[in-house]
Amino acid sequence: MKKLFSKIGAALVKVPPFKQISAWLAHRRITRRNRSLGVDIALTVFLGFFGIISVLPLWLIVVNAFKPLNEVFMFPPKFYVVNPTMDNFLDLFQLIGNSWVPFSRYIFNTVFITLLGTIGSVIIASMAAYPLAKYQFPGSKFMSSLIVYSLMFNGSVTGIPNYIIMSKIGLIDTYWAVVLPAIGSTMGLYLMRNNMTHIPTSLLESCKIDGASEFKIYWKIIMPLSKPAWITLVILSFQSLWGTTGGTYLYTEKLKPVTYALSQILAAGVVRTGVSSAVSLIMLIVPVAVFVISQSNVVETMASSGMKD
Amino acid sequence: MSKQKVEKVQPEQKRRKLQSMEWKNAWKLHKEKYILVLPFALIFLLFTALPVAVSMVLSFTNFNMLQVPDFIALENYINLIVFDDIFLIAVKNTLFFAIVTGPVSYLMCFVFAWIINELPPKVRAVMVCVFYAPSISGNAFVIWKLLFSSDMYGYINAYLLKWNIISSPILWFETAEYIMPILIIVQLWLSLGVGFLSFVAGLQSQDMALYEAGAIDGIKNRWQELWYITLPSMKPQLMFGAVMQITSSFGVAGIADALVGFPSVDYAGHFILNHLNDYGGLRYEMGYASAIAVILFFVMIFANILVQKVLRKVGS
Repeated sequence: MKKLFSKIGAALVKVPPFKQISAWLAHRRITRRNRSLGVDIALTVFLGFFGIISVLPLWLIVVNAFKPLNEVFMFPPKFYVVNPTMDNFLDLFQLIGNSWVPFSRYIFNTVFITLLGTIGSVIIASMAAYPLAKYQFPGSKFMSSLIVYSLMFNGSVTGIPNYIIMSKIGLIDTYWAVVLPAIGSTMGLYLMRNNMTHIPTSLLESCKIDGASEFKIYWKIIMPLSKPAWITLVILSFQSLWGTTGGTYLYTEKLKPVTYALSQILAAGVVRTGVSSAVSLIMLIVPVAVFVISQSNVVETMASSGMKD
Repeated sequence: MSKQKVEKVQPEQKRRKLQSMEWKNAWKLHKEKYILVLPFALIFLLFTALPVAVSMVLSFTNFNMLQVPDFIALENYINLIVFDDIFLIAVKNTLFFAIVTGPVSYLMCFVFAWIINELPPKVRAVMVCVFYAPSISGNAFVIWKLLFSSDMYGYINAYLLKWNIISSPILWFETAEYIMPILIIVQLWLSLGVGFLSFVAGLQSQDMALYEAGAIDGIKNRWQELWYITLPSMKPQLMFGAVMQITSSFGVAGIADALVGFPSVDYAGHFILNHLNDYGGLRYEMGYASAIAVILFFVMIFANILVQKVLRKVGS
């Protein structure tokens, strides 16, 4: 019986569709060593399933942003749009047009805060990262361990004293109250420092023999070589500042960022379900697009994000 | 003889002098480096280190932002732990939430990154975006409010009704026992952030020669490869990812505020950070709020150090 099966098998392998399949399997055994086909398929299905779960809510935002009101309140709600409409966006723009402070002012605030915070963060963090990554000097070890410890707690823990300090030095209700803590965030510094340790020391030494100062080395050698790292920092800092509402730090209407203005529009409740999705779509599309463009830089930088000890 | 005497008489002064000379020398030698570090160090001190110190000091006082804080020793802490039942609920909720979402999100980060790593480059880039996008999508998580909406137009209710699983809409956010599971789901959805990227990158930069050598040494399948080669050489990224996941799962508050409101039904969605915002942002009892902040701070640091210790032991 067994012999018969193997004979049939041997015969089948020579017939066209099976021939290709068996050839492909043989090829696969070489190219994907130690990977069984069954587990490959199972893992792909697993990943696909969770991928759909991950995307579904975002997809629903897109769908709901383009749904007319009668489709938003439809039983059962659909996962696609039947009659796509721009109504929600038009409503949104009309609401924007009626705002107390011209809407362009909110946009300016967000852009200004994001730019200032991002540029400041890149320059200041990279300046500090270079000596911490490449040299040992009294206090450098202490600072490095402080930075690692500061990754271990959430910024919201220090909210109250931060507010008190800000008010004591008179920064409440200025852009600086939002920008400065963002510049002081240690994540960027941590990533840059780890990344810069891979720059060869011999290169820096030869520069020094040629008479370059540390500042010159920083600007002419370190910065160009750590481009992926500071692009990553730009993105992280952009992501955190883009969505800021200013919280309690900004109370003058003229200084408030877009997120705040939009959240006020949504406060009107269930009538604005569609508009709310339009707002979410606008707010999420920018950081996601920025990430898509710069993904390779980010991934390259993150490779050295590990904690050694 | 006389030299020894001098040293004996003023060892303290001499030591101090030597130390100050050391610092002077260090400054001379490394002046440019200190100048480069200085701007960041100042901002860090002022907006990260000083606030931690200030909240530790304030936690021993009674302070309402207007009057001078008066020292009341441990009263805030005693009130918190002994008399504040809601704080104990918040602690219980936060610990439960962190113990579930921390490890699960950590595993998710690694497993997804590990599967993605085997895909062809273009598909890989798409899948990384798919999983990372929720964590950077700002307030997009409010869409879960529509999914779990309490009327029949919410997606979950609508399909449960349609398939005759339930006969009337469930009040998801108004029923105490549903609140925590929903918040956990939303947090897990949001949790594939920087830690996930770190794993993706770490897996991509693995040394392929190790795998060649492993295959020659008799590694037979992907699980052995994972256990004997990938995991040990990913250790630095694994530590970093752990810190990210732990910190974010203890820092939950915003999603609870936005989804189940404040205060939530039976305080089922009440976390330490919500409690802190309540006392700090609404009641202006800053001393009390600072005590909460200090406790949360130490819980986060302690959890992180503990996990670091455990992870360091793995495989060594």
